[in-house]
Amino acid sequence: MERYTYKTLIREIVMIGVSLLFFIPLYVLINMSLKAPTDLSSPLSLVTHPTANNYINAWNQAGLPHALFISALITVCSVAIVVVIAGMAAYPLARATKRWSRISFYVFLIGLLLPFQLALIPLYSTIKDLGLLGSPLALIIFYSGHQAPFSIFLYTSFLRAQPAEYEEAAAIDGCGPLRSFWFVVFPLLRPVTGTVIILNVLAVWNDFFTPLLYLSGSANATVPVAIFSFVGQYVSQWNLVFAGLVISIAPILLVYFIMQRTIIKGFASGLKG
Amino acid sequence: MTGTDVAVVVKPDSPAHVKNPRRKRGKYGSISFYFIVPAAVMYLFVVLWPSLQGVAFSFTDWDGLSQVRNFVGFDQFARVFSDPASVGALFHALILAAGITIIQNGIGLLLALGVNSKIKSRNVLRVFLFAPAVITPVAAAYLWQYMLAPTGVVNQILSMLGLGALRQDWLGNPDLALGSIIAIVVWEFAGYSMVIYLAGLQGVPAEVIEASKVDGAGTFRRFWYIVRPHLGPAFTVTLMLSLIGSLKLFDQIQVTTGGGPGYATQTPSTLIYSNIFQFNDFGYGIAIALVLTVFVAAISSVQYYGLTREGK
Repeated sequence: MERYTYKTLIREIVMIGVSLLFFIPLYVLINMSLKAPTDLSSPLSLVTHPTANNYINAWNQAGLPHALFISALITVCSVAIVVVIAGMAAYPLARATKRWSRISFYVFLIGLLLPFQLALIPLYSTIKDLGLLGSPLALIIFYSGHQAPFSIFLYTSFLRAQPAEYEEAAAIDGCGPLRSFWFVVFPLLRPVTGTVIILNVLAVWNDFFTPLLYLSGSANATVPVAIFSFVGQYVSQWNLVFAGLVISIAPILLVYFIMQRTIIKGFASGLKG
Repeated sequence: MTGTDVAVVVKPDSPAHVKNPRRKRGKYGSISFYFIVPAAVMYLFVVLWPSLQGVAFSFTDWDGLSQVRNFVGFDQFARVFSDPASVGALFHALILAAGITIIQNGIGLLLALGVNSKIKSRNVLRVFLFAPAVITPVAAAYLWQYMLAPTGVVNQILSMLGLGALRQDWLGNPDLALGSIIAIVVWEFAGYSMVIYLAGLQGVPAEVIEASKVDGAGTFRRFWYIVRPHLGPAFTVTLMLSLIGSLKLFDQIQVTTGGGPGYATQTPSTLIYSNIFQFNDFGYGIAIALVLTVFVAAISSVQYYGLTREGK
């Protein structure tokens, strides 16, 4: 591209300014979480005597350690299931030219449009009848089905853009469908698998409404639910609340900052379909 | 649903010529159907079947708990279109969808163009601008509730800038609350759109850009005739995502305003929530959800066809 000129410098300054503007809320969040409740200075003025007390109190009072564990458990299990079943489903959906394959694809796409409230109460009754209310398993089952359509959509459109020659060669060499899926197609899907994992982890980890419904009244709460009831209890104790918020978003931000290159690349490769 | 389709369609691939590679493909077509089964079972159990049940319940007066369900025909749907609260909610959903989709994508595209250049900080900025999109919406909503309060940070900044006259109760004023929610959502997801546009921008071959510069194309013409056509898939994806997401918006509203003040930020999602969980008026809640579904499907398919046609 072009050399670094004065125009580039202006652009750089403008972009940094815009980004700082975007960052004000997060600055306020972290700044406030480090201030003692007695510190009544403006939320914008930088903390002078940072304290970890808010963090210690939030950690102990909000049930966050257990919530972090429950959230991690649910996220890992359901995303693993979604990756496998959606990847498998995309194989025939992208390759088989039969009518049923097209129809099934559209049937899955309908799932993208349905508001989750529509299925909510009927499913709630079923989950209750199965005795799974309050169990993380209920949410793992829910997400495995609920997140499938979008993942299938990403996988299928990606696979359609890939050449079928590898599988055909494998088939001619006597490779059965199962082996050719596992050794040829699934590795071919690797770039978009990154995207699928990232989008699903975000959706599952951040979901609020479903765990509120399916886990309420049990000892198991996910992070957003723990935060919700925590803020309900300590409303107006913003220093404490903000420390809780920071703890709750830290894991996902940490993963994001470590993997940002992969994440942004994942978006690029997932889009080519 | 898929099972019956398959039984019919697989038949033509009868086992005849084993040595022929084409036969392999036929066999592959039939066997690979089973790859759909796990996903189909989960999808059927969690999404499709309960949704169909929900459709059936919308023609009843079910309260969500009792065994008694009286068939009431289209009464619930008639209520949706005559009740000012639900008509208003659908109208609010449209405003939110239009506002969020346009502003989020406009800012996202500008950010992508700004970041996709020779500036030294581009990698850092990209990472930071995307960060709000990964934050739990409930947490972000609480943060903004604090920011937008009458004594909150936004008003303090306005005073510092000498614009104290513009101080507002951003979430408490019925005329401003909806706009404030649009701002919150745009703050969260403009970086999301940016990253998708960035992916599209990186697909533009550098040589073509260089060639256009040599030929003397200005910045705007270069964007319109060379860059924009490469952004087709990015437009489709991010417009669809933000449109569907904003029509179904729930978390941010429930946390910041709960649909208020009055009915000012009531949307189908919050209305469904209160009808089901506060008033036990399940049949009505589900009727609203169905109307919302038709809404989302109609708007997004119009948008999808519009976008894909333009791409060609």
